[in-house]
Amino acid sequence: MKILVTIKRVEDYESKIKVKPDNTWIVTDGVNYRANPFDEIAVEEALRLRDANMPSEVIAVSAGPAAAATEIRSALAMGADKGILIKHDGWLDSDAVARLLQTLIEREKPDLVLMGKQAVDVDDNVTGQLLADYLGYGQATFASKKESLESAEEKAKKPGIKLAADKKSAQVAREVDGGLEVLEVQLPAIVTVDLRLNVPRYASLPNIMKAKKKPVEELTPAALGVDVTPKVKVLKVEPPPARAAGIKVPDVATLVNKLHSEAKVI
Amino acid sequence: MATVLVIAEQAKGVLKKASFNALGAGQDLAKRLGGAQVHALVIGQGVGDAAKQLAESANAVHVADGAAFANPLAETHAAAAIAAAKAISATHIVIVASTYGKDMAPRVAARLGAGIASDVLSFTGEGNVHFKRAMWAGNAVATVEVTTAIKVVTIRGTEFPAGAKGLNGSVAALAADGGAPKTKFLEFNEVKSARPELTEARVVVSGGRGTKGDFKPIEQLADVLGAAVGASRAVCDAGWQPNDLQVGQTGKVVAPQLYIAAGSSGAIQHLAGMKGSKTIVAVNKDPEAPIFQVADYGLVDDLFKALPQLSEAAAKLK
Repeated sequence: MKILVTIKRVEDYESKIKVKPDNTWIVTDGVNYRANPFDEIAVEEALRLRDANMPSEVIAVSAGPAAAATEIRSALAMGADKGILIKHDGWLDSDAVARLLQTLIEREKPDLVLMGKQAVDVDDNVTGQLLADYLGYGQATFASKKESLESAEEKAKKPGIKLAADKKSAQVAREVDGGLEVLEVQLPAIVTVDLRLNVPRYASLPNIMKAKKKPVEELTPAALGVDVTPKVKVLKVEPPPARAAGIKVPDVATLVNKLHSEAKVI
Repeated sequence: MATVLVIAEQAKGVLKKASFNALGAGQDLAKRLGGAQVHALVIGQGVGDAAKQLAESANAVHVADGAAFANPLAETHAAAAIAAAKAISATHIVIVASTYGKDMAPRVAARLGAGIASDVLSFTGEGNVHFKRAMWAGNAVATVEVTTAIKVVTIRGTEFPAGAKGLNGSVAALAADGGAPKTKFLEFNEVKSARPELTEARVVVSGGRGTKGDFKPIEQLADVLGAAVGASRAVCDAGWQPNDLQVGQTGKVVAPQLYIAAGSSGAIQHLAGMKGSKTIVAVNKDPEAPIFQVADYGLVDDLFKALPQLSEAAAKLK
């Protein structure tokens, strides 16, 4: 099986996000970067599926600045086999990313594409779905795991996505409002993953060393023949509305009184 | 001429509450576009009554009703939405950013060559309307422009009022089939809980590391207040509570009327998931905990002492 997984370089969610004074973007100096956490779950799932279906390979793809090679290396250190970086500085809207991936997928022809459900920078949650439609593929978004009778040990290793014996389809449990939906999707397909699918592994030191020798191909939008003119432009970035300074209350009775008569929420 | 198409969401023929907010958003947008018509679309099986209800707040209602649409598959439902959008030459397509809307709206955008603005909080301007949306889990609000002729917008339901009634539009069947989907619905396991859904609840009571895994006081207070239960990432990572209760940037982003955080320090990743709440209460033993910086009301106390008292006092108010 050939599995393509996407990994985006994003601001670390433990970093403090501040808006630039000129309202064009956020302050990036001094901010730590890391792989999008949902994408790490996608990488973990890809590795579990590969290991359960040998021979298989996992290709980690990122679109972004040259520095995104770091996040590709982190996927390779987790165990992915090779990387592809589509280098582009500046704004890429989700639609442009979807069209870049479409072209790459038409070239690579993977059996399955795994992606985080959203990147925690722009929080769009649309790229996988756009990509599925551009390719004419089926999709299963927000992949989760159906709790079953498997042991904790099995749970820690087994993929949550169940491939059919003929590898022509897969069963995916989806975390949707109000419950868990199970779909069967024909392969190739786009699956976007949610938080509960698995817990991504840490890269071991030997694997980090090994990752340095794995191949990473560099491409550009021009090399793929994709026009990345955005359909969505960011005009202005502002801080969220400031919260009025709060107060400390001395006891529960005061708190209840405030909530009841001042805030009128209970 | 601009035309707004609002796609409603239903389950078992009953409209989801947020569909009315989508109509409200559609009406707001139509006004900004110089008095555009608001059409509504409902897709499913046995959705006639839902269509009639939508008609009160729309100039026209289109109904894709049939076995092909019985389950909310992104492919089939997007096919119906695309057919409706083309039939009425819709310029703006509005749908709630629920898991249903998020799943299908991008497919509609892709097929119509439209740009998509997702999880929109409000509209700004007239004529050329721009969209305000949260990024970095609400740590920044961006104003975005969709440059394509057709624009798809998913909206955060809680940010828009329900649509005004009295439009009494006509209801007509839409000629659409679901195409040949590459996905098949197998089953839906509904989570049956006496408590409301975390992202829709009016009140959320959440616990952090300070609970040491004992959520009884949290659950007790939640039940008194009719609230949903949430948890911080530390709690979920420790395996004390399931991941689906996680409030935070990598969990669920909530914005209830009242958010009570008990025993949470206020890690950035947690704050990102609840900062939009209308009133925030923090209960923590540590007076220096960062959670107090975002709390409207802070109580420095042991949650195991304060929460039972709070439950008792709140119960008396009823």
